[in-house]
Amino acid sequence: MTVAIEEPRTTSGSSGRLLSGLTTDSSVGLARHHEVWGPLPGLRATALIDEIESAGLLGRGGAGFPVARKLSAVAAGKGPAVVVANGCEGEPASAKDTMLLARVPHLVLDGIQLAARAVGADRAYLAVHSGSSAIPYLRAALAERGREAVGVTLGPLPRRYVASEESAIVSWLNGGDALPAYTPPRPFERGVNRRPTLISNVESLAQLATIARYGAEWYRGIGDRWEPGTMLVTVSGHRVDGRSVERRVAEVATGTTIGRIFTAAGLSLRGSDAVLVGGYFGSWLPAAQAARLPLTHAALRGAGAALGAGVLVALPPGSCGIAETARVASYLAANSARQCGPCLNGLPAIAGAMNALAAGAWDDRTWPALSRWLDVVPGRGACRHPDGAVRLVASALSTFAADVERHRDGQPCDGITAVPFLPVPR
Amino acid sequence: MKVELNPILCTAHGLCADLLPERIALDEWGYPILEPGELPDDVVAHARRAARACPTRALVLSRG
Amino acid sequence: MTTLAASFTSSSQLWYLTRATAIVAFVLMTVSFGLGLASTQRLREMRYWPRFATQHLHRNVALLALGFTLLHIVTTMIDTFVHVGWWSVAVPFVSHYRTLGMAMGTLSFDAVVLVIVTSLLRDRLSLRTWRVIHWTTYALWPLAFGHFLLTGTDAAHGRWGLYLALGSLGVLSVATAARWLTSERRNSLTAVPRVAGAR
Repeated sequence: MTVAIEEPRTTSGSSGRLLSGLTTDSSVGLARHHEVWGPLPGLRATALIDEIESAGLLGRGGAGFPVARKLSAVAAGKGPAVVVANGCEGEPASAKDTMLLARVPHLVLDGIQLAARAVGADRAYLAVHSGSSAIPYLRAALAERGREAVGVTLGPLPRRYVASEESAIVSWLNGGDALPAYTPPRPFERGVNRRPTLISNVESLAQLATIARYGAEWYRGIGDRWEPGTMLVTVSGHRVDGRSVERRVAEVATGTTIGRIFTAAGLSLRGSDAVLVGGYFGSWLPAAQAARLPLTHAALRGAGAALGAGVLVALPPGSCGIAETARVASYLAANSARQCGPCLNGLPAIAGAMNALAAGAWDDRTWPALSRWLDVVPGRGACRHPDGAVRLVASALSTFAADVERHRDGQPCDGITAVPFLPVPR
Repeated sequence: MKVELNPILCTAHGLCADLLPERIALDEWGYPILEPGELPDDVVAHARRAARACPTRALVLSRG
Repeated sequence: MTTLAASFTSSSQLWYLTRATAIVAFVLMTVSFGLGLASTQRLREMRYWPRFATQHLHRNVALLALGFTLLHIVTTMIDTFVHVGWWSVAVPFVSHYRTLGMAMGTLSFDAVVLVIVTSLLRDRLSLRTWRVIHWTTYALWPLAFGHFLLTGTDAAHGRWGLYLALGSLGVLSVATAARWLTSERRNSLTAVPRVAGAR
């Protein structure tokens, strides 16, 4: 089976933590894993949660929620719990989770065992999209580990953008459809099989596994003071030396500026007008501003953006930001779960307007309508899908304001015929 | 007392907007836009009626 | 006094009362059914007809129909001309008089009671339970219709009774078909626009 995994790079200045042990293009086996990281630590549940809390580990799935708080909430639930490792990575522009699962599966699997111990779970699931390139590596890794304290079931979910949302995964594991739910109870109280359920991103679990070994002090020894540690990011742009466009996964210390991240990944920001930060639910920022921003939740929030799943995409020179955004908007509209009116009606309307704008086929009534939709759609769905789409479009209209003017006057730029850049799966 | 909407159950019948126009307006597709916040006392009875009228029970009253 | 009562209970007045209340109940049931179908649709805002009116009227007309049905049942029971035991109000097929026709009436009445009680207690039931029971109205009305034709005097002997019954059947059939064939699944697929110039 062919695997399309980008070559991981580490930025200079970080000790390459999660990705240490990676020497070749293949997956790190159990023996090598123990060589690099040592055996699974025997920390007890409460000690483990305390350590995670001292470390200040934030979730790496996009929301940045403090992991210790999640662990405590689930541990406090009634009866045996369930751990769900979320490796779905619905975001097309993100590759970090898939890469982690394929290349360093044992750290994630360690994390699952430790998290299970922390919350008192007797069962675990590893959720991935069916057809994910990481699956063969995961099967091999699970086989290597054999029987463990907590059995891990690999659960392939349907390839849908919203399927990686927490309540959608729980719904799927309960035998229903992989669609977000609205009504309580929340998964940490009653999720899979009505048990308290911990849903954690695979990178968060891998980080947890390292903290369990080396402690909170060690974890805090690198990166930003208030949001310490390292994180995996997916960086896309064109190479410094050539014209080819590439996607790389890198491990960086939090707080590294976006500009430095691109450089260390061997990709250039030169000629790019803007950077998409956070993924398809993220924001476009002007390249000059983005380059100076440290990669932390706080700094990005301050700039009106969000860290999300750590996706950084530099708009290729000559591409049209409006056209790229319009394509993504169409994709997001098509991937609505179609359960809630404002999303199911609003997103196609917004996508339609963006496509019209991209083509320079503008109608005087479209602009006020578009503004109205961007105002009226967010916050009225069962999940954050419409909110994310609106944030992306609104940021595009703001960052590419000059382009918007030109397009409105009926002069779309040449960029509209450039090769589409942002990945939009069928 | 607050009104809350379950957006998955809601299928835009629009009865709530008729019965509680003080807090509920309809967007151009017929779906309700709820004004957030506590309900003033004089409106609670209307809110109750609106919640009972909802054909899919998407609109509910909740205590704060 | 008893002779007065006796003569009343065997009189034709009572019989007319039974028939009259039956016909009113039938008409009300038909109207309620139609309003119920209309309630499922997303109604346009109309000037003199607020949206909630359809639903509320459906409910009130149904209650009124129940009232007339009860009157119809009582007048039938106390009529000594034809003996219909009290059991047959709730239990079908126990009446010796026009067994099939009466059974249909009984079943229809049982369903009416069930539907109305569950609707009044709607907040305590799950939406699904309420909905499934409410769907028995699709059987309830035809049973009442059957009862009308098989037991009712007016359908058998008078022209207009038959016309009323068949007319109602026609109207409701069309309305039901319209409701089930045209109702868009509300939160359903919408076409997504494609980008000009992209692959």
